[in-house]
Amino acid sequence: MKDKSTLVTEQNNSWNLLFLAWILVTSGTLISLFFSEIVKLPVCVLCWYQRIALYPLVIMLPFALFPFDVNVIRYATPLVIFGWFVALFHVLVVAKIIPEAAQPCVQGIPCSEIHFNLFGFLNIPVMSLLTFSLLGLLLFLAKKSFNKLNT
Amino acid sequence: MNNKTLFIGVTAFIGIIFIAAVGMYKSQQPSKIATEILPALERINAPAKGGKQAKVTIVEFFDPACGTCSQFYPLVNNLVKKYQGKVRVVMRYAPLHQGSEDVVKMLEAAHIQGKFWPAVKLLFANQQRWVEHHVSQPSKALAGIKTLPLDHDQLDRDWQSSKVAQIIAQDVQDGQTLKVRATPQFFVNGKPLVVFGYEELVNLVEEAVAEVY
Repeated sequence: MKDKSTLVTEQNNSWNLLFLAWILVTSGTLISLFFSEIVKLPVCVLCWYQRIALYPLVIMLPFALFPFDVNVIRYATPLVIFGWFVALFHVLVVAKIIPEAAQPCVQGIPCSEIHFNLFGFLNIPVMSLLTFSLLGLLLFLAKKSFNKLNT
Repeated sequence: MNNKTLFIGVTAFIGIIFIAAVGMYKSQQPSKIATEILPALERINAPAKGGKQAKVTIVEFFDPACGTCSQFYPLVNNLVKKYQGKVRVVMRYAPLHQGSEDVVKMLEAAHIQGKFWPAVKLLFANQQRWVEHHVSQPSKALAGIKTLPLDHDQLDRDWQSSKVAQIIAQDVQDGQTLKVRATPQFFVNGKPLVVFGYEELVNLVEEAVAEVY
């Protein structure tokens, strides 16, 4: 039996991790919108699939923060896994490990095109893959920290 | 600090950063295109309207299948009329819609017979007849153009000729050089229209006229 103060900190830890995850998805959403709407970079099909996985979390996560609801991890995980695989596929297309012909890009916007490159390796698909990986990790840690609380 | 305050604080912070980034990006946009890509703006024999001596040139990259281009068509005409002899407009092809590549070839073939303006007016006015779900139907567009008094056989020969294909390829390449990703895209005396809108275009033209006359 834990006393009340540890219970509050443990739950708070889980809350903090979900909050971090929300900051991550919100930043990612705004950065992707900045590139497409302000800089006007064309958005390819693969980018759209990743957006489908990312954008709902911006709205979903705050509902689980107020009041704290750990179940959101269950609902968010499929999106994160889907986004992660699309991002991985996209990175492999950009790295030319998967051939151009095997990817579903049409209408003059090739997904293999690199528009933006930071420090020589950080292009948009790589950022997306990192975001989804980190997101998965945060959700996992939040779940773990919550489980610890209930055992 | 409680969680709610933290959440609101961080939200406000992210929002401010975003707005600041947008503002910074917009203010750093070049108001004039680089000198080395200036030649991509105008090519001789591109369809043009307005006084030959005009010192203000509007360059419009357009797709005949583009709805906004057709809405802008009378507005651009008004500008040319309003500043009679001072402003001219040069039309460049940017066939971004599926199927538009053939349609702009037909327009260029009509241009060879001196019928570019009636042809483009006709295509814009009847877009719903030859553009279906944002896809151009070249055969329907051709049928439309053929209602104009021009030499049909020559039109057929010209639009499929390599000479016309070359002109279109040049326009497409120039569009890429100038980063034309949407139509219509306007340049007034080498200055791109940064914020899109009719008022903004009028202002840009007014400024250019005030500068040179």
